[in-house]
Amino acid sequence: MGKVVEKLVYERPKSLTDAHTHYCPGCTHGVSHRLVAEALDELGIRERTIGIAPVGCSVLAYYYFNVDFAEAAHGRAPAMATGMKRANPDRVIFTYQGDGDLAAIGTGEIVHAAGRGENITVIFINNAIYGMTGGQMAPTTLEGQKTTSSPMGRDISIAGHPLKMSELLSTLDGAAYVVRHSLHDVKHIRRARKAILTAFKVQLAGLGFSMVELLSTCCTNWKMDPVESLDWLRDNMVPFYPLGEHKVIDAVKDL
Amino acid sequence: MARGRIEIDEQYCKGCRLCVSVCPQEILAISSRLNERGYMPAEIIDMERCTGCSMCAVICPDVCITVYRQVPLRQT
Repeated sequence: MGKVVEKLVYERPKSLTDAHTHYCPGCTHGVSHRLVAEALDELGIRERTIGIAPVGCSVLAYYYFNVDFAEAAHGRAPAMATGMKRANPDRVIFTYQGDGDLAAIGTGEIVHAAGRGENITVIFINNAIYGMTGGQMAPTTLEGQKTTSSPMGRDISIAGHPLKMSELLSTLDGAAYVVRHSLHDVKHIRRARKAILTAFKVQLAGLGFSMVELLSTCCTNWKMDPVESLDWLRDNMVPFYPLGEHKVIDAVKDL
Repeated sequence: MARGRIEIDEQYCKGCRLCVSVCPQEILAISSRLNERGYMPAEIIDMERCTGCSMCAVICPDVCITVYRQVPLRQT
């Protein structure tokens, strides 16, 4: 056997601070944060990136990313990102939003930002529930899913159908790259990482609006342990929210 | 000889068990001691069998795992 050396294959990304996160044990917000940070590191754009935090569990994201950050009013992150990007076109602007922020109070902002084809990147965390406020029904809650405000399960005849934001936004001409990935196992996390990288490349190339939807867990409000949550995500959310590239314009394929 | 090695920063670990659930070598476990934030952190129970596959680090929500792999000298 020849000589071997030890090679570092994985370490904490430079785009994350040393802070301890306030997220519950097993929360996939931590995974999403890390994937975004890895993309910023890999593209070497940390020092010219500005993130925008939402309202929701990830409201404190500005403590965790080692980049400039702003905090938007509830749901208004895409509007704030629009202003920032237009005023500072050389900066990389991304928003990090949950489903309560993006798909409920902020539906208007996200639809119009995508429709205008704003050159921003949106990281959309869909965990089918309102996490921070105590596990109420969200626009993305699945039919029959029990939450604190739908204790008998979501009744479609009263609460209507869940919103599929990626499909919805993919119909808009301004959207350049709209994809959905899941964080339920290592293979899918690696795919999500690649998609986030592509989304930032789309912005760097000036191709228009890019969004990566990440199916995520909420162990605390789903009332499951972290491993069960990932299984529940795989078995219930993935069949309803199809994974894949919902819109990729030709120019993105050439990147 | 081990093909890989990991370091777990126990102060970041919240003991969520996700790394334990994905380790193909089944060499991770939750320890019975508490870290300074009151969580029982994950620990490696048989480092000799680690292959450095980094699956634990990929699933870790708290980014507390650093992974090293043994590679032949010519590949570096």
